[in-house]
Amino acid sequence: MTSPADLSVVDPELSVEEARFNDLIAADSRIEPRDWMPDAYRKTLIRQISQHANSEIIGMQPESNWITRAPSLKRKAILMAKVQDEAGHGLYLYSAAQTLGITREEMTEQLIAGKARYSSIFNYTTPTWADMGAIGWLVDGAAICNQVPLCRASYGPYGRAMVRICKEESFHQRQGFEILLELMQGTEAQREMAQDAVNRWYWPSLMMFGPPDDQSPNSAQSMAWNIKRFSNDELRQRFVGMLVPQAEVMGVTLPDPNLRFNEETGEYDMSEIDWTEFNEVLAGRGPANAERLRRRREAHEDGAWVREAAHEYARKQSERALAAAGAVA
Amino acid sequence: MRPEPVEGFRPAQPAEDVHGDVSVDRLALADELAGTAADGSTAVASADAAEYAMRLGDDALVLAQQLGMWIARAPELEEDVALGNIALDLIGHARSLLHYAGTASGRSEDDLAYWRDEPEFRNAWLFEQPNGDFGHTIARQLAASVYLFELYSRLVDSTDPTLAAIAAKSVKEVDYHRDHATQWVLRLAGGTEESRRRMLLAIADTWPYVDELFVDDALVERLAATGVAVLPSTLRPAFDAVIDEVFAEAVLERPTGRTAFIASGGGRAGSHTEHIGPLLAEMQVLARAHPGASW
Ligand SMILES: [Fe+2]
Ligand SMILES: [Fe+2]
Repeated sequence: MTSPADLSVVDPELSVEEARFNDLIAADSRIEPRDWMPDAYRKTLIRQISQHANSEIIGMQPESNWITRAPSLKRKAILMAKVQDEAGHGLYLYSAAQTLGITREEMTEQLIAGKARYSSIFNYTTPTWADMGAIGWLVDGAAICNQVPLCRASYGPYGRAMVRICKEESFHQRQGFEILLELMQGTEAQREMAQDAVNRWYWPSLMMFGPPDDQSPNSAQSMAWNIKRFSNDELRQRFVGMLVPQAEVMGVTLPDPNLRFNEETGEYDMSEIDWTEFNEVLAGRGPANAERLRRRREAHEDGAWVREAAHEYARKQSERALAAAGAVA
Repeated sequence: MRPEPVEGFRPAQPAEDVHGDVSVDRLALADELAGTAADGSTAVASADAAEYAMRLGDDALVLAQQLGMWIARAPELEEDVALGNIALDLIGHARSLLHYAGTASGRSEDDLAYWRDEPEFRNAWLFEQPNGDFGHTIARQLAASVYLFELYSRLVDSTDPTLAAIAAKSVKEVDYHRDHATQWVLRLAGGTEESRRRMLLAIADTWPYVDELFVDDALVERLAATGVAVLPSTLRPAFDAVIDEVFAEAVLERPTGRTAFIASGGGRAGSHTEHIGPLLAEMQVLARAHPGASW
């Protein structure tokens, strides 16, 4: 039985579930898979988590390019471990997305059909060994700035996956820094290689934070839902603040003549980002868009007979187990 | 070799500051090499022990190089991870073994990996056979890991303490590799018609390279006499027993008769199949473009 007093505190437009969801968000608590959630919240998360998973998976390619040619056994081991971590990240994220009602097969199909997004940064190529350093330092570095706040994302499985992922990403950034540092302390050719890679990856890594705040339509809702915690520009500032002292230690120059700390604003002044190239890459006209998708599709298709075999074997095994149980009974 | 701290690397801000539940790890980048003392030093190998360590090190290195090619190309993400793990273990074994081998001649693990030419490599032919399809990789993995497991389980008792320590670390890892290969042989042989056809072909293509693993020569005979090495021929019965068990469950037959290993002396004498040339060229290209550089 409900008393009139109880009714008065509930917004008549709001279902009990929706009120509870809003309360959880307001209290900065976690939403779990069995909790009710608005459709748009679910859709936003599915889109974001599957894009993120796809980025981890496609992101393996530019670096796996150098596994066979890594110039020392120690570097080979570290690089293998790194690329393998990225596969693991893809797996954690697929699992998180699956709790929202999408299957791994659906996400894979969307990816290889070219219907799902992944981070544009991986459409750039890795012509030199120094790219392994620049990717670790700049790309994993930007990923950390983007992702660490996601550890507190309101959706529980996503936040927990991000905690595991961020721990490994910080290791990736450090190994990238170490590769560049070693090159900068090496021969003239090695120093040039390092500076060239930083020149090529610096701006694309800044673009990883997305468009400026005044042009980012989806951000506000995501922030209200506690999926996103900081704005694109805030994160970009934080990233540059991290890079500047590290670049000094290495002796590499960040390719922006206007980059300086502004005492008055407490922020870094920097040149205007040229979004034309970013938009080109996003539109599928980057240096390696087609190659990345083709390679993923090929691996998937070449492996089909193996996955079918595993599936069929598991089916036969459980049939046998059932038959054996039947015989006993 | 110990991990050196990187000066000047610091996280952007203390983890608590913005992020709450994540801290930035300070992980060691270089694993300590197995078989080295606490101060990082390694005993100096005798010329014979160095040659023996080079054989085992090259087996591990060449196999790791091939398995590394699967990363980002495997049939499913779980296999990118699993094959990557196996390759990583093998690189670890190779580093320890080549580091030890190099002590006899004042060379580093990288001097040996990157600056020797094809005839100086001492791996057996099995390890340089190409990945082929996933079935071929699995057939090669089965033969390699069962052999390595039997070898390292005996080498833990070597009178050479460095080799014994390396074997002790490696044996647990190759035990996992053996299990991984076995599971896949069962799945492929017992899966679909297509997978069974491919598995049969892969085993037929791979098995001619198995005999070489068990050939004794003057070097191992000298080393076995003092308890340093394991005589390869003594590993054969245990190898066959394990393989027979796997094959029985997978309803496969162990091929007999054909052997690719002939009078040339094989990989242990520096004679190789055509596959190793491109493999080494790719592995060594960057290091050789920058003589004297450190990475
Ligand atoms: Fe990652
Ligand atoms: Fe990463």
